[in-house]
Parts: sequence; structure tokens; C-alpha cells
Amino acid sequence: MKQQLEIKNLSVKVEETEILKDLNLTLPRGEVHAIMGPNGTGKSTLAKALSGHPDYEITSGEVLLDGENILEMEVDERARAGLFMAFQYPSEIPGVSIANFIRAARQARLKEGEELEATQFYKALYEKMDMLQIDRKFTSRAVNEGFSGGEKKRNEILQMAMLEPKYAIMDETDSGLDIDALRIVSDGVNKLRGPERGILLITHYQRILDYIVPDHVHVMWNGRIVKSGGKELALELEKKGYDWIKEELTEPAARA
Amino acid sequence: MKHELTSRETFDAYLASQKDMPRWWLDLKRESWDRFHDLPMPHRKDENWRFANINGVDLGGFHFGQNPEGEAAEKDLLERSEQVHQRAGRLVFANDRLVHHEAVSQKLSDQGVIWLPLEQAVRKHEDLLRKHFMAQPIKLGSEKFSALHGALCSAGSFLYVPRGVEIDLPLVACHWTNGPNSAVFPHTLVIAEDLARVTLVDFFASHQRHARNYVCGVNDLYAGPGSRVTYISAQNWGHDSLAFHLNSTQAFREAYVTSLNVNVGGRQARTESHSQVLGEGAHTEMQSLTVATGSQEFDQRTLQTHFKGHSVSDLLYKNALLDDARTIFSGLIKVEEEAQQTDAYQTNRNLLLSPTAEANALPGLEILANDVKCSHGATSGQIDDAQLYYMLARGIPESVAKQLLVFGFFEDILGKLENEEIAENLRSLIRAQFD
Repeated sequence: MKQQLEIKNLSVKVEETEILKDLNLTLPRGEVHAIMGPNGTGKSTLAKALSGHPDYEITSGEVLLDGENILEMEVDERARAGLFMAFQYPSEIPGVSIANFIRAARQARLKEGEELEATQFYKALYEKMDMLQIDRKFTSRAVNEGFSGGEKKRNEILQMAMLEPKYAIMDETDSGLDIDALRIVSDGVNKLRGPERGILLITHYQRILDYIVPDHVHVMWNGRIVKSGGKELALELEKKGYDWIKEELTEPAARA
Repeated sequence: MKHELTSRETFDAYLASQKDMPRWWLDLKRESWDRFHDLPMPHRKDENWRFANINGVDLGGFHFGQNPEGEAAEKDLLERSEQVHQRAGRLVFANDRLVHHEAVSQKLSDQGVIWLPLEQAVRKHEDLLRKHFMAQPIKLGSEKFSALHGALCSAGSFLYVPRGVEIDLPLVACHWTNGPNSAVFPHTLVIAEDLARVTLVDFFASHQRHARNYVCGVNDLYAGPGSRVTYISAQNWGHDSLAFHLNSTQAFREAYVTSLNVNVGGRQARTESHSQVLGEGAHTEMQSLTVATGSQEFDQRTLQTHFKGHSVSDLLYKNALLDDARTIFSGLIKVEEEAQQTDAYQTNRNLLLSPTAEANALPGLEILANDVKCSHGATSGQIDDAQLYYMLARGIPESVAKQLLVFGFFEDILGKLENEEIAENLRSLIRAQFD
């Protein structure tokens, strides 16, 4: 069994409009892949469709997590199978503390009848909070309620650290972060890199890739991956802009 | 021999059991019994019963004064009455029979604190009982059921806290029903004199979770000048039961009264709460948390009357509804002409976790004074899909996610309880509704 997240010929519709068209991508564990692309090209759709959001209709294709098709699974089952989504706009949940929220998520990963050990849980939680420079007082605060943009993103990374997913999809985690917050978040993600985990970094800008250096960069355009390369591709994109891709793609058509 | 609850035989047998009680008590019983039979059953055109399932209010098939499961069951119930370990005293009743009386400390007793089962209080403290027992007006629709309570009630707790005495630990009363079709009439009477401070917790439950019982409880709180009274109740009657809980609170000058009712039990459970602000500067908090599941109906009628000014009453009723459950909230704030500079608030919030659940709200104001701050509001909302998706995306199963959202919805009240042991008890009662 291959330890990879394999997206095969995936097509996705939202309200009758096809957004992803026959998309292919393979993310092996141990690697960080970046997906770049202009707005409206389907990057966030890919993230939401993978997580199982009910508004996104899969019209064809497969997504194999270590060989198992997750498209048959419910949202919560996919997460327990090892898929994590760091959201661009995480929800606020009034009255539910971060500690209780993460505890419930960890508890859900235990076998029937097993109980989470509270001391160990808090020890792990505080460790990860310190790493992400989140004040320990936050444990009793309601999830994302009244958080700044940067605090919300750090909270996403905290959850990722606590849930130890096999594959993490990070949807524009860099958006809305100032440079200090970006550095803290990137440090956190770098510490979570490792042979047991694949990370898919979705971003509009090259900036975050200065901090989280990807193994591969993919360019997405109009619902497909149109170009893949090494980390230098991101720099090239930054220099030449997305119009460069557009020209490159339309050129052969113009010639014909 | 089992007689119908409302039959003459039931009352005669009860009176026979009361033959050693004082004459005034027996007279009061007879008057109440007659009044019960004179008063009409609620009618569907009665405004106080709007939206309620009138057909469900049927006293047929219930029996009183039986102890079908004997002493073994009572022992089990006593063992299950350990919800609050740190307490100043406790009373446990099963089918209105006293099972256990844990007295207050010698120190409190020397200070004049009285903590007795109702019948003993009737014998020993005639003046207090004649003044306070069933002395408050019932205005919210259950006059008939209140009269039956007056006629048949013997079980309950009587708490008297003299001037200036402060009791740190809560007093606890547990009322159980035992066996099918039994009827109980639990009573709670708290009298806190000037500057006294006290907390009382009532636990109401059926021995069997799906039992069919009839319950009509009355709790009256008298909060003297400058006193602080906290009353908490947890209602977990069997899920085929018909239950009434009728409360009246009198708050005198500068008194501060908090009441919290947590409701999860019954097939049809009606609460009536009347808060009377009788002195300047008094403050009453009326809170209620309900988890309605299956086809339960919770019917909540409230009245906040302000007779004096510079006073506050603040009501917050929160209902979480699942399955095909129904709730009715009907509240009225009444500010008399003299009660200037009154702040009175009334909020009913309903969280609908199922598309077939139904929350009805009838908020109301009647204000005769001209310098007041009053507000009322009712909101009903479905569970937020984005919140649910976010929790699912973390691997939390839907049932657990809903449970967390309900706790989140209730946390502004539960999180503020000073007594952590009581708060934890209430949380586990709520949690059990999701099993």
C-alpha cells in the first residue's frame, strides 16, 4: 500500500458549475506540496471537496488515502482516517472551549470504551501551545470567538498539531497574517513536517513559501493542475505573475 | 387497594394517615381538596394554556400513597442521592415518604437554622407554616393542580434561616418516584430572614427513566431584606410523566435571589414561575435550561411583577430542542406604577437541533411606571451548518458535535455557577440526554 494521498481525475461541481475538471495530484507522506494559482481557479474548492463539504458535488474521480477511497466517507470519518483541513475562515463556536473541542476530537479517535487521559492531554496541549506561542489562557476560551485573524490561524495549527493527521490541507493559511504571525505559523508547520505526514499548502502568494519551503509546486488554472515543478517554480511565478501561465497556456491555441 | 388519585377514597385514606397532625393543617387540606374539585380543568381557549397539549393533562390512572417496591428500592434511591457531597444537610423522599433526614450541624442549629421534613415543621413551627405554607397566589393557570398539591402534600423540605445567618454549603433535597403510576407532591419552602444567605438544591427524578408518574411540586422562596437566596432544581422525571412545578419567589428590599431550573424529564412538564419584587433595590435572576428530546413538551409560564422601584429582575430561559420535542415559553413582565427605575428583562432563546422540533414563544410586557428599562425578546435558531461542518471536519461525530453545541449554548449559565460539584451534576444530567 502506497502511503500517499492520491487525487485521480477529480471533477467537482458547485451549484451546477463545474469547478474542478479532471484534476490529478499525488501527495506522498513526508513531502510538502504547494498549490498556487489566481483567485477563482478552484484551489479552495479542492480543499473543501477533499474534506467532504456537502455543497461540493463530486461528479467523477477518486481520492485515495493510503489506498482507501475517502469519497465514500462522511466528513468526520475522513478526518478520523487522517485528513486534516486548516480552514481559511474557521468558524466561531460560542461556549465551547478550545480544550473541550480538541478533547472531543481526540476522544473520537480512540477505540470504543477507551477514555482520554486528562493529564496527558493537557500536557500535550500546553506543549503545542507554547510552540505556537499561544497563551495558555486560551484553552478555556471559546473556539475562535473574538479571535484576531492571526489567532484563528494559530488555533488551526494547534488543532493540526494535536490531531497529528497523515495529510494536512492548508487553505490560504497565510491570508490575513502579518509578518510576525506568518513566521510563528510557518515555524509551527515546519515542526509538523516529517516522514509520517504529507502537507498540501494552498496559497495565492509566494510569500509563505519563503518560510515553508515546498518539495513541489503545482500551478492551478481553471480547475486543473497545469504546471508542476520544484520550489523555483514559485519564484518564477512571483516574478512573472500569473499572466505568464495564462499566455503559456493560450499560446498554442493562438498558433493553431 | 389502589384508588384513583382524585377519588374520595384516596383523600380519606390520606386524611386518616394525617390524624395526628394539627387541626389547622387538616382544615387546610379539606379546603384545598374542595377547591381542587370546584375548579375547572384547563380549557384550550384559556390564554394561560395557549399552545399546550390540553389532552395530555389527564390525572387518570395515577395512585397515591403506595410504596410498591419496598425498602430495597428505597435503599437504592438513597445511594443514588449522593449528587452533592459537600452539603449542609439533606432530605431524601421516595414516593413522598421520608427516607432519610440529615440534619444541619449543631452550630447552624444553635444559630436558629431550621431544616426539617415538612410534616415535622408543621408540628413544631405552626406560626411560620401558617404564615408561609401555600400562601402565595397562583396566577399562571395551574390553580387547580396547586389545590390538589395543597390537599395531598406532606413531603418536602422546610428551611428557615434566621437574620444574619450565612450558610456556605448547599442544603440538598432529593425527591424520587418509585414504581409505575405513582403520584408525588414535593414541596419546598425556604424562608431567609434579613441578611441571611443560603443555597438549596432540589433533585427530582423517577427511579425508572421511562416511568409514568404524576408530579405536582410547589416551591416557595421568601427572601427577606438584604438576603441572598440561591435555588437550583434538576428535574429528571420519567419520560412518560406529567409534571408541574410551581414556583413563587418573594424578594424584599435589597434581596438577591437566583433561581436556576434544569429540565430534562417528563412527557409533559409545565413550570410556572412567579417572581414578586416587593422591596426597593431587590434583584431576582430567573434562569432555566431545558433539553427537550423525543416527543416531550415543556411548557414554561413566567411572571415578573415589580411592586417597588430601583429593582431588577432578569429572566433567561434557554431551550435546546431535538427530535419532535416542543417547548412553549410564555412570559410577562408587569411593572406597577410605583415601581420607578426598574430594570426588567426577559429573554427566551431556543436552539433547534432538529427540523421537526417546535419552539413557541409568547413574550409580554405590561408597564404602568414611566421611568423603567424593560426588554423582552425571544429567538429561535437552527443549528449553524458552518459550525457543525467545522466540528465534523475535526473528526467529531455528529451526535457529539450537537452535544457540544448544546453545552456551548448553556455555558453562559452553567459556567457561572459557583458550586462546581453542582455544575458538574447538571452537566452530566444534560449529557445523559444524548445517550
